[in-house]
Amino acid sequence: MSRLAARFNVRYPNFHLSVDLNLPTSGITVLFGPSGSGKTTLLRCLAGLERAADGFMQFGNDIWQDEAKGVCLPLYTRPIGYVFQEPRLFPHYSVRSNLLYGYKRIRMEERRISIEQVVTILGIAHLLERRTHKLSGGEQQRVAIGRALLTSPKLLLLDEPLASLDIQRKQEILPFIHRLHEELRIPVIYVSHAISEILQLADRVVLLKQGKLVGAGALNEMLTTLEYRGSFGSLRVGAVLDARVESHEPQYGLTQLEFKGQFLFVPLQPVAIGQPVRVHILSSDVSLVVGRTNSPTSVLNILEAKIVEIREMDQSSVDVLLDIGAPLVASITRKSLANLGLKPDQQVFAHIKAVALNEELTE
Amino acid sequence: MTEMDLSALWVTLRLAAMTVIVLLVVGTPLAWWLAHTRSRFRPIVEAVVALPIVLPPTVLGFYILVALGPYGPLGWLTNLTLAFTFTGLVIASVFYSMPFVIQPLQGAFEAAGKAPLEAAWSLRASRLDAFLTVISPIALRGYISAVVLGFAHTMGEFGVVLMVGGSIPGQTKVLSTTIFSHVEAMEYAQAHAISAFMLIFSFLVLLGVYVANRRFPIHVS
Repeated sequence: MSRLAARFNVRYPNFHLSVDLNLPTSGITVLFGPSGSGKTTLLRCLAGLERAADGFMQFGNDIWQDEAKGVCLPLYTRPIGYVFQEPRLFPHYSVRSNLLYGYKRIRMEERRISIEQVVTILGIAHLLERRTHKLSGGEQQRVAIGRALLTSPKLLLLDEPLASLDIQRKQEILPFIHRLHEELRIPVIYVSHAISEILQLADRVVLLKQGKLVGAGALNEMLTTLEYRGSFGSLRVGAVLDARVESHEPQYGLTQLEFKGQFLFVPLQPVAIGQPVRVHILSSDVSLVVGRTNSPTSVLNILEAKIVEIREMDQSSVDVLLDIGAPLVASITRKSLANLGLKPDQQVFAHIKAVALNEELTE
Repeated sequence: MTEMDLSALWVTLRLAAMTVIVLLVVGTPLAWWLAHTRSRFRPIVEAVVALPIVLPPTVLGFYILVALGPYGPLGWLTNLTLAFTFTGLVIASVFYSMPFVIQPLQGAFEAAGKAPLEAAWSLRASRLDAFLTVISPIALRGYISAVVLGFAHTMGEFGVVLMVGGSIPGQTKVLSTTIFSHVEAMEYAQAHAISAFMLIFSFLVLLGVYVANRRFPIHVS
């Protein structure tokens, strides 16, 4: 499988970026970290907009930068689509001319993505003849994404493209990013500091802190690795699961999802049976029961689980990493831990009080 | 206007046009460098560029005359005597009008910033392509100001022309020096005609620029 390998070591007056990356060239990778952690700088290094003195960057079989050999391709020769935090549309061109700017500059046989395709996916057909300053922020950012896509890039870099937009506009654009990735199969590297964007988009997370790589891996693996959990802020997500719609129970207002042979109930969803859905569970919504008690419970979602790891988070609480066929974290009190005498390798039942679909998430 | 006045007008227009063309070619990269460099030499270059604004034109003219003469560095390098020729006048005017072209361009490039350039690069435009198709249209107002100010300022120069050009009819005699010789010869009517012409011409040029700016505003998001 094709991979992206990059090493950068750049010193700025008050900041030092030192990163060694190795990622598959597929799916959506989110660069995540607090502001000042070097996400944007790393993205600019990947594009060649910042030049690391001893940098190295390889995409598949193509070497884009190898300072040991004095090689660093300028951005305009790399097959990269770049969307900046601000739309940066060209004010002297119409929307159509902005879209065509890059399209006209690539060779005919490299044009894999058509104008019609982009206009449809991004829903901007009605804007084509407008001047750019007449567009709303969300519309401008959609045009910027479309303009980048029309260069048929082999790698799409997005630098917090939603940062300047309000929540409603964000929700308007997020599905587009998901769609363009699904329909056009372009690997995406996406800079974000919003946990909600990660949960909706990411296949993979690269965690940055003060210019250093903290960790990298699949989304659920990263969210459930106990030592990384502090890095994801106050929203205590215990797991993100890619499940499938099993059946609907409209009389109870419920939809049943299947995940690795176990079942979860969520409020009724307008999603066809067999379709994939991404759900998340907050670690504080998971409680643990030792042995299957005979007393009936009102909790619908009960999963068999095995304890993998226990980590103290603060004075009163601990995080328990469970294996339910995938990792799931439960946040419980230290007192409960002592009362139940929980320890690794023990079989327990996880009672899950709420499962949310990711589209419902707000910050 | 006499035939001599007309030839002076022609010399003046040619001089102003040549000066502006040379300054646009030389000044664009220099203004771009000044707008974006982090070099510590930048204030020195900026000060040198701005010198003609504060220097008496005779001082500038004197040094250019010395440099252009057969024993001056430029005269020696080219093995030509450039003083008292039209070419010499163009060289002198280029220095004299330099700040009026460089400064508006530098301001326009600073206002445009690097952001649109990076966007153009990400859309496969090479450096020159990005400059021509994105930066220069965004900096259009800066270019209009540079051309108008450079042209008008060259038309109005007197001291430098007198020092370097020597007022040779058909070659280096321009309108401003013609007015002076008319006044010296007590030909007030002719002096009046040319002065009025320059006044009205300058006003119309500036009016045209301001109207154009108003009618075709450039939107920078």
